[in-house]
Amino acid sequence: MSLITEITISFFLVVAGIFGLVGSFGLLKLPDSMQRLHAPTKATTLGVGGVLIASMLYFLLVKGTLSFHELLITLFLFLTAPITANFIAKTFITRNVRDHDLPETGGNYGWAPYDDPPPQEVDLPDDRTGQ
Amino acid sequence: MMTAALLFAFGCFGLGLLFNLWRITTGPDAADRILALDTMVINVIAMLILYGIYRSTAMYYEAAMLVAMVGFVSTVAYCRFVLRGDIIE
Repeated sequence: MSLITEITISFFLVVAGIFGLVGSFGLLKLPDSMQRLHAPTKATTLGVGGVLIASMLYFLLVKGTLSFHELLITLFLFLTAPITANFIAKTFITRNVRDHDLPETGGNYGWAPYDDPPPQEVDLPDDRTGQ
Repeated sequence: MMTAALLFAFGCFGLGLLFNLWRITTGPDAADRILALDTMVINVIAMLILYGIYRSTAMYYEAAMLVAMVGFVSTVAYCRFVLRGDIIE
């Protein structure tokens, strides 16, 4: 293992460790629930991303095998992180914020936890439209 | 040097897990607990991949992938239970 390889992998590992720690520390430190939602995104993107980059480099440069499992994990985490954050924010709004405390949405419909979903134009198949 | 960096990253993510555990026990609201559990899953994924580098085996990717999927599904299920009182309507 050459020195450059080792330095690169170690750099990514240290950066990932620092960002993971910062994400969890922000979860502990920030005073408000909605602010706490902001901190673990760092752990998701940069922490796990750095570890995955280090792992890809290690298996590519040291072991000589190229693997795409890391990219799969990164893709899955990046796809699911916004959905999770949206669900947690909705949970917090439902339990702690009342309807009249929320600002106007500015659109045609209200906030999702309190208002009914907008009526949808359902395209029924032909044999079901006539009841 | 790489072993030292690996140990450093292990320590960071392990300390992060302890922080998350503290937030789970003292979290004032259910949303905080769900968020702390989700972050815990993220940290565990990172630690699994680190352990794979440490043992220099590619066996732990599948475990990390499975943990990621189970963590996402459990977070969504917990949130839906709090939101709607039911998981599958």
